[in-house]
Amino acid sequence: MTEESPEIYAPQANLPAMPADVPLLRIEGVSKSFGNFRAVDRLSLDIAAGEFFALLGPSGCGKTTLLRMLAGFETADGGRILLGGRDIAPVLPHERPVNMMFQNYALFPHLDVRDNIAFGLKRAGLPRADIDSRVAEMVALVKLEGMEKRKPDQLSGGQKQRVALARSLARRPKILLLDEPLAALDRKLRESTQLELMELQRRLGMTFIVVTHDQEEAMTMANRIGVMNGGRLEQVASPRDLYEAPQSRWVAEFVGDVNLFDGEVASREHSRITVSTSGGAALAVAEPRNVSVGTAVSVAIRPEKVKLSRRGPGSDAVSSQLINRLEGEVTDVSYLGGLTVYKVKLDSGAVVRSSIANTVRLDRDTYSVGQRVVAWFTPDDCVVLQR
Amino acid sequence: MARKVNSLSPFNVTSLALGLAFLYLPIIILVIYSFNDSRLVTVWGGWSLRWYREFFNDRAMLDAAWMSLRVAAVSATIATLLGTMAAVALVRGERFRGRPLFSGMLYAPLVMPEVISGLSLLLLFVALNAERGFWTVSIAHTTLTMCFVTVVVQSRLASLDRSLEEAAMDLGCDPVRAFLSVTLPLIVPAIAAGWMLAFTLSLDDVVIASFTTGPGSATLPIRIYSEVRLGVKPEINAISTMVIAFIAVVIVIASLASKLSSSQGESAAPL
Repeated sequence: MTEESPEIYAPQANLPAMPADVPLLRIEGVSKSFGNFRAVDRLSLDIAAGEFFALLGPSGCGKTTLLRMLAGFETADGGRILLGGRDIAPVLPHERPVNMMFQNYALFPHLDVRDNIAFGLKRAGLPRADIDSRVAEMVALVKLEGMEKRKPDQLSGGQKQRVALARSLARRPKILLLDEPLAALDRKLRESTQLELMELQRRLGMTFIVVTHDQEEAMTMANRIGVMNGGRLEQVASPRDLYEAPQSRWVAEFVGDVNLFDGEVASREHSRITVSTSGGAALAVAEPRNVSVGTAVSVAIRPEKVKLSRRGPGSDAVSSQLINRLEGEVTDVSYLGGLTVYKVKLDSGAVVRSSIANTVRLDRDTYSVGQRVVAWFTPDDCVVLQR
Repeated sequence: MARKVNSLSPFNVTSLALGLAFLYLPIIILVIYSFNDSRLVTVWGGWSLRWYREFFNDRAMLDAAWMSLRVAAVSATIATLLGTMAAVALVRGERFRGRPLFSGMLYAPLVMPEVISGLSLLLLFVALNAERGFWTVSIAHTTLTMCFVTVVVQSRLASLDRSLEEAAMDLGCDPVRAFLSVTLPLIVPAIAAGWMLAFTLSLDDVVIASFTTGPGSATLPIRIYSEVRLGVKPEINAISTMVIAFIAVVIVIASLASKLSSSQGESAAPL
């Protein structure tokens, strides 16, 4: 970006002196109700400058309401939203140094691409020459050269998405809010656009907050993900931690696929506990936290960490004692291309899913329905969740 | 699959022809007889523009026509202004107190018998001791036509995406500016269609106008009506034909405008 054209939003210098540890955005116990429905429930969250943050959750979890409160279209019933240490409650939407990219893009149908992008710049009263150069820069940024004179309804879905992005970036907001930015695109386009958005965010060093219900999208793009459910944040973590160390049963089930065994802690030695499941099996699980014997827990294991073999790894180099072995019968085989997902009905009655990567083109070592197998996994691959 | 869906059976053609004839035959006869040279309305005396010439020499008729056009223009303009504001309040105001009542009262003139509206307005003007004439008719027509404008504008406004205005605010517009720079340009065709609808309604009206007008300020329909009571002159046919032609043109323009508004920009060629 060229640095000559004036900034619309005051640089940090204009804000009151800000200690280094104050985050760019601090949400403090914010609530919002619609009638009897609590859309956002005493939610607190810090977002640092330069982050690519994703709010992930099922529809109706309050993520869009939270985003609209940041933009100023909804007023919080309680709590505070601090931007650069300053409460933005009294600041009207058109005066907030944030811009939003709307889910349906909300392009102005009566204006062409150029005027759509220039809209916010004209309102800011930028000189004509600056507007022209900034628009040209934005058009180049989103690769829409030659489309400037087109009206929105002469654009494809992907092009509209780019215009909406350029329009919301043109004012160089402190924070860009993106409401389901890729939901209207087809799968292929969505994947390439995800990468472009990440690249753009890195290059501009801007703070992005994206709302999505698509976990893959959140995992791909964001540095940090806040999983929302029923107006509350269930967990805020990096994509990897969210998947490998979910803090609740709900998160484990919402993010990715998971096998869950309910049971209670039977014994405990060092950092390893034994859980006796309701199906009668005893599972050895690595657990660094102090969980007392008798506690009701769920053991979560991701399908790709459950391996299958005909006899079980008894003769492996690894001591067989450290491995959970569950015998059962294959009841379903789903070939998905890169993966094959097996459903195994265990002798205890529970069903466990195992997904195995198809790393060889002509694999003779597959299992068929009705075959007896041993599903096995290591204690370290399990996560213990309190119930 | 081979059967054409659009093909019409003889029964369909007959019923269509009869239906159209029922609606338009009287008007066609009126138009044809407006070119009648005969002094008697029911006797054909050859083609002529005689009665059109007669009309343009009829001072009283011309005054009435001019009066009607002025009333229609003024009342349509006021009705459009108020009707658009009401539509905005109904669509954008979401759930304000008394919204159902407001909406009901707004649409009451649609179903109110015109005689009653006319009479109540007359009583009001008498009570206010207002001198009846151009302005009383204009006000009366405004109350008659405002709800039609609201219906037209409201449907367009309701179909507009609310996030367009939010996007404008997000990009630095205060709410008023957002309305003026984004919403208004998008509903202008509906507003224009509403104005033309109000205009033609006012031009047509005889009942309310006859209650609220005063001496020396008869509108064209009132003038025609009073002439007819003394016996139908062929001149009336000529005037009626011109009114029909005029209204037809206005209606075609109005429907084109509303079609344009629903397919905004689709036909605009890229430059």
